[in-house]
This record gives sequence, structure tokens and C-alpha cells, in this order.
Amino acid sequence: MAINVMVAVEVRDGELKKSGREGLGLARKLVEQAGGGEVAAVLAVNSAGELPTQLAAAGADKVLVAENGEFSNYCPGGFTAAVAAACTSFSADAVIIPASALGKDLAPRVSARLDAPVASDCVEASMEGGKLSATRPAYGGKVQVTVSFNAQPAILCIRTNVFDALAEDTSRSATVENLAVELSEADLRMKVSAVERTAGECPDVSEADVVVSGGRGMQDGEKFKLLEELAQSLGAGIGASRAAVDSGWRTHSDQVGQTGKFVSPSLYVACGISGAVQHLAGMVGAKVIVAINKDADAPIFKVANYGVVGDVFEVLPALNEALSKQS
Amino acid sequence: MNIYVCVKQVPDTEARVQVGGDGKSIDSADINTILNPFDEFAVEQALLTKEKNGGEVTAVSLGDSGAAAAIRTAMAMGVDKGIHLKTGQSADEPLQVGKTLAREIGGSGVDVVFFGRQAVGNEHGQVGLIVAELLAIPAISEVSSLEVGSDSASGKREVEGGSESFTTSLPAVFTAQKGLNEPRYPSLKGRMAAKKKPIEEREVTLDEPKLTVEKIGYPPERSRGMIVGEGAAAIPELVRLLKEEAKVL
Repeated sequence: MAINVMVAVEVRDGELKKSGREGLGLARKLVEQAGGGEVAAVLAVNSAGELPTQLAAAGADKVLVAENGEFSNYCPGGFTAAVAAACTSFSADAVIIPASALGKDLAPRVSARLDAPVASDCVEASMEGGKLSATRPAYGGKVQVTVSFNAQPAILCIRTNVFDALAEDTSRSATVENLAVELSEADLRMKVSAVERTAGECPDVSEADVVVSGGRGMQDGEKFKLLEELAQSLGAGIGASRAAVDSGWRTHSDQVGQTGKFVSPSLYVACGISGAVQHLAGMVGAKVIVAINKDADAPIFKVANYGVVGDVFEVLPALNEALSKQS
Repeated sequence: MNIYVCVKQVPDTEARVQVGGDGKSIDSADINTILNPFDEFAVEQALLTKEKNGGEVTAVSLGDSGAAAAIRTAMAMGVDKGIHLKTGQSADEPLQVGKTLAREIGGSGVDVVFFGRQAVGNEHGQVGLIVAELLAIPAISEVSSLEVGSDSASGKREVEGGSESFTTSLPAVFTAQKGLNEPRYPSLKGRMAAKKKPIEEREVTLDEPKLTVEKIGYPPERSRGMIVGEGAAAIPELVRLLKEEAKVL
């Protein structure tokens, strides 16, 4: 049974986000498992430029382009209209949307507009025996729920940094189709008037390939300088436990855990974090976990690949020094 | 101003969660429940909006007796009245829940509807946005700051590495991010008063589900790794392992 899978890819400042390539990787896998079908990418942008070529190289057979002057920032009504129109045009059986800030906002709107079900924050998906199913963590990651879809299109909002992108193949090409999307007055009632980027070069924890994170053991906000230094040498994002955020040492946008962000970096370095279940929920998907904590019985060591028992204020400077010598 | 806040009773985040015998459900027997932590921010924002603009705050919840508990907690914080949409059916699917809430809220002449960003437990984070789309009104999700005026609102929502400033006309839906405000603690007086506030009860039937739960299981366990060593002396070996074994440096 062939299956048509469409990916709503995210573009920021003219650049394709990695999550779109991950979505295309999953889409190709589903089409392969189904034994046929096509993969499309839908773009809602100000101007598409070279993006369709990049999307072809990342696995798209078809690129559906909705260009609109309103699309330089996220325009919820407009993006919803674009994805819904693309869905119809492409006869999509499944739609993949990254579980980014944008995607998590977009997926439910598309769901309501198309009367189609969404599985949020999927970490696995497969097509077996003609049935599409998706697995998602629930109850703070304490369980995983596998659901199948009784209606189409099936919408899969996928956790970023979890699915593999394909190796870039520049020999691939894709057909490009322009979508005429008429925006109604209602689609433009909510507008993003400005986007502010927080100062500093650190990537956001939810997008970073390496995350260094601090908890109660960091003692005060000032001492996060040690983590900033570590983040700098690793190109890492800086995370924090709830204790560190509630103490006012870091902002909530840095919080990793059940009431913060769910992250799946290649490397997660937990410093002075004991490892409450709510924190573990947010980072247990990391590929490699390093924990530095003075309490040898701290629960964080149960999930860490590599543990160092010791005072963070002794261990972190030594780590920073060792890494600076390397580079 | 006609202000609605949608609330849900959820398992305590500390709760130990056990998969039921059928492998498709959660054994909820010993789970302590609380008002969804994100809904506390939504209730607080509803109350702040009323304090600034005047009006009335209605809390709506869908479900069994837990729903009534969520409404009472919201009332203890200061919400004026409640609507309990009663169902014995499992109300776990966002589209089903969204449609039922939209039918309730649709005809109410509402100005502002607040939701929590997501309910802990199912963690879908969809219902508020679905309700807005079904009602054809604007929605702003994961709001971290908000000013509601008489016919428009503005504020910020967090995105990766920054924030978006938005403006919107009313009526509109907002879903609350942690940090939007400091939720007030229900006072004893508030709790007593809550008992006397009116809750309207209505039986509702959900639409057919579009998702089927095939399986609920435990996530693959991470195997316990190694303690590399103690203190700064462990660093050379840690760096070597990260480079040569884990290959992440």
C-alpha cells in the first residue's frame, strides 16, 4: 500500500532547520516501509530561493511552495492555510511537523482545520501491515504510548534531534509546485510583530547538539559562568533544572524537564543536578549523559553513561581547562 | 469581560505511574491528582484579566469527578463559576476534547479563553489551539507575557533562542507558559467560598475517536553507566572516554 507523506519544514532567517531534514528522513522511511508512495515538503516562506533544491537533496520528491509577504515571520493562520492546501493538493496520507515552538503551535491548528488526528511529540513511527503507528512519551516520560490512526491525514508532530536525516544527495531532484494560498482577514488577526533573539551565541537547549545543564548544586546564578565557559568550548546550549530556574538563576526558557523543555542532544552534561524524575523526563533521551555531582547516591548517576563524583566547583574548572587545551 | 479558563485534573508529577494489566491503559488506582500545574498560570491570568478589565471568570472542565475537583481548586483561587462537562468516556484525545469544549464555549459570547500550555500526564499541548481554530478566533500558545485590553491583546511567546511579540484582536485563546505570572495560593477563605459557588453540570458525549491506543509500555531503560572517578582527577579519563569511546567530542 503506497503512502504519501508530507513534511512541513521550518525555515528561520532563510535557513532550513535541521528538523525538516529529520522529518524528510522519517518520511522516506515510512514510504519505504509502505512499499511505495511519494515524499513532499511544504514551505510557507517569504521567498523560497534555493530551498527547494536543498529539500530535494534531503529526500523530497515534490516541494509545495506557498510564498507570501506575510510569511517572513510565523503567521499561524497563513501557515495553517498553506499546510492544509498542500495536504489536499498532494493527497497526503500523513503529515510530519517538527515539535518545535512553531510546529507545536501549527500542528493542532492543522488538525482542527482538516479534522485529522495528531500524535504529539513522537519519538518513533512506523508503517507496518498498512497501518501507521506512532509512539510518544507520556506522564513525564514514565511511559510510552503507541497509537494508530483511524483517520487521514495522520499528523505526526515529531520530537527534534530524534529521527535521522538522510545523507545529503545533490543528485536528487524534486518537482516544485506553487500553492495559491488566499489569506482571509481571519488568518491575519493574530500577528507576530517582532522577533527578538536573546543575546549571546549559545544555541537554544531544545536545538543544541550538546547541552550543559546546572542545578541546585551550582549554588547561585553567578556560578553559571563556569557552565557558560564549558558551553562556549563545546558549542553547547545551557540548560537548568527547575530548582535553578525557581531560584531565579536562569530563565524558564532554559528549563529542562517535565514543566520545561524535552531535549535529545548527543551529549548532556548535568552539573550539580541530583536527577529528580521530572528533570530526568526532559533529558533521558540524550545519547550520552555525563553527570557531575558530589553525592554518589544521586539518582542522576542511574542514567548517566559517565559519572564524576565530586564538587562541581573543583571538577568544572578542571574540565574547562582540559577542553581549552584541546582546542 | 466574559473570561473562560479551561482546567484539568492530572496525576501529580511525583506519582509513580504503572501500566494497567491490559497493556493499553494506566493503572490510576493509587495516583494522587492535582490541578494541572500549567492551568494554575491560566487561572491566575484569568483572574488578573478580570481584576484589570472587570467581568466574570468561568472555569470549564471535561471528565469525571476529577473535573469537579479541578473546578473547585480554580474557584478557591477566585474563579466565579464553573461548568462541569460530565462524561464517563475516556477524554484523552485532543480533537475529541477540543470539539466538546468548542461546542460549550462557542455560544457563550466569550472575550478571552485561557488554557495551560499542556496537561501533564498526556502532554499533548493541543486542545487550546484546536478550540480556537474550531471557533475561528485567534490563538497564541505558550504565552510568557500578556496584556489584555478591551478589544485587543499583546504579549510575548517563547521560541527557540528568543521570543516573538504578538498583537491580536479579541476574542482570542491564550495558552499559558510557566513564568507568565505567579499563581496565587488559594486562601482558607477562598476554599470556604469555593464550596458555595455554582457549578453547572452537563452530560456530554464525545465524537468518535480518531486515534487508537495500541500499547502503553515503559520506555527502554538506560543502563547504568560507570563512575569515571572522583573530583578533578577524573577529568583526563572522562575526556578520553568522551572522545574515544562515546565519540561525542
